[in-house]
Amino acid sequence: MEHEITLVVNGAARRVRVPARRLLSDCLRHDLGLTGTHVGCEHGVCGCCTVLLDGEPVRSCLTFAVTVDGREITTVEGLAGPDGLSPVQRAFAECHGLQCGFCTPGFLCTVTAFLEANPVPTEEEVLEGISGNLCRCTGYQNIVKAVHRAAELMAEEA
Amino acid sequence: MKPPPFTYHAPRDLATALRTLQEVGAGGAGGKVLAGGQSLIPMLNMRLVAPAHLVDINRVAGLGGIGREPGGVRVGALARHAEAERSGAHPLLTRALKLVAHPVIRNRGTVVGSLVHADPAAELPAVLAVLGGSVRVARWQDGAAVERDIPAAAFFTGPMESAVLPGELAVSAWFPSLAPGAGCAFVEVSRRHGDYALAGVCAVVGPAGAARVACVGVGPVPVVVDVSAHAPDWAAAARAVREETEPDDDIHATAAYRRHLVGVLAERALREAAQEAENRGA
Ligand SMILES: Cc1cc2nc3c(=O)[nH]c(=O)nc-3n(C[C@H](O)[C@H](O)[C@H](O)COP(=O)(O)OP(=O)(O)OC[C@H]3O[C@@H](n4cnc5c(N)ncnc54)[C@H](O)[C@@H]3O)c2cc1C
Repeated sequence: MEHEITLVVNGAARRVRVPARRLLSDCLRHDLGLTGTHVGCEHGVCGCCTVLLDGEPVRSCLTFAVTVDGREITTVEGLAGPDGLSPVQRAFAECHGLQCGFCTPGFLCTVTAFLEANPVPTEEEVLEGISGNLCRCTGYQNIVKAVHRAAELMAEEA
Repeated sequence: MKPPPFTYHAPRDLATALRTLQEVGAGGAGGKVLAGGQSLIPMLNMRLVAPAHLVDINRVAGLGGIGREPGGVRVGALARHAEAERSGAHPLLTRALKLVAHPVIRNRGTVVGSLVHADPAAELPAVLAVLGGSVRVARWQDGAAVERDIPAAAFFTGPMESAVLPGELAVSAWFPSLAPGAGCAFVEVSRRHGDYALAGVCAVVGPAGAARVACVGVGPVPVVVDVSAHAPDWAAAARAVREETEPDDDIHATAAYRRHLVGVLAERALREAAQEAENRGA
C-alpha cells in the first residue's frame, strides 16, 4: 500500500506517494531528487544522511518518510540563504573541513543545529557534537576548526 | 539495505494502538511497535527482522513526558533519550544516557524502547536493574486496556528479549530515586566513543555501605550483584563481581578480556559512587 504524504522540504511543501518502507533518505534522493543528502551505512553509524527534522538533526536512513508526514525537513540544499552560503558552509570551505565531500552534508546539518543550540561551544563539546559523523579524509582536525570558525562567523554576523 | 515491506499503522490514541497491536499480534507473522526506530530500523534495513505490521506509536497522545514523582521518575514511552538527559530528572539515568550512542541518535531513540530492545550491551537496562525499577505494559483485553508492572529482575529474559508479550505495549518505565545520601556512577569501555560498550558497570553506593552494581556486555542480561558485604573493600567487591559474569567472545573482545575489564570497571564505579556518597554526606 502506498501513502500520500506532504513534507515541507527546505520551506516548500512537497506531496509524494511512498510505500511505508520508504526511508526518508531514499524519499529525499529518489522521489524528490534532492541528492545532496548522502547515504553511507544505512544503519545510523556514519552520519552522512543526517538532515534536520523540525530543526533537530536526525538520521534520515533511520526514519520512514511516512512517519514524518507534515513535518519540516531541512537538507543541505536548504542551508544556504539568499545571500549565499551559510556561515557553517563558509567555515568548512575556509578551514578545509572537507576533501571528497561525501560526509559533508551530514556534518553541515549536524553542525548547523549544534551551533544553534550551543553558540559558544568548548573544544570538548564540539568533539561530542560531531562524534556521530564519520569522515575518512580529513582526520577531523580541520572539521573541528571549521566548527569553531563557524561559531565566530555566526557571532560576528548576528 | 532496504527494509522489507510491511503494513503501517499510525494510531492516535492508546486504545486504538492496543487494539491494533492485539489484532496484528494474534496472527504470529507479527506486529512490532515502532518507537524511535534507532534499533528497529537498522534491523529492518539489514533484514534481521521482517514483521508484517508496524504500529508507529509516535502520534499516540499521552505517552510522552518525564514525571518526577515521590520516590522516583516515570519516563513515558515517547520520551527520547535527549529529553530524558536534558531533564536531569535522575542522576544515574542522566549519566548513562551520555554514554548511549551519539547526540543525533539520542534525538530519536527512546528510553523505554531501549529497555524493550534489551541489548545485552545497552546501558539503560543496567540502570533499571541496579535501581530495581520496573516497566509498565498495557494490552487490550475484553474491550479495555489492562496494565501490569514488570519488575526489572523479571523484565530482561535474554539477549534482545524482554518480558513484553506480542500484543503488549510498554507505556512507561519507573526509575526509583537513589536513597538520600547515596552516590552513583556509570563507567564503561568501548572501542569508539558512542559505540556499544565492550563492558560497562553502573554502581549505587548508599551512605551506610549498601552497594550494588549492574554490569553490561558480560552476560545475556544485565548482571546485578549486591556487594554490600564487601564495602568498603572495593577490590574484593570487584573480584566478587568478576565471579558472577559469564561474558562471550566476539569480534570485539575475548571473554577473558571482558571478564578482566568488568572487574576493573566495577572497582572504578564503586569507588566513584562511594566518593560521591561521601561528598553528599559531608
Ligand atoms: C549508531 C547507533 C549507536 C547506538 N549506540 C547505542 C549505545 O551505545 N547504547 C545503547 O543503549 N543503545 C545504542 N543505540 C540504540 C539506541 O539507544 C536506540 O534508540 C534504542 O536501543 C531503541 O530505542 P528506540 O526508541 O529507537 O526503539 P525502536 O528502534 O523503535 O524499537 C526497538 C525495539 O523495541 C520495541 N519497542 C520499542 N518501544 C516499545 C514499546 N513502547 N512497547 C513495546 N515494544 C517497543 C520495538 O518493537 C523494537 O523491537 C545505538 C543506535 C545507533 C543507530
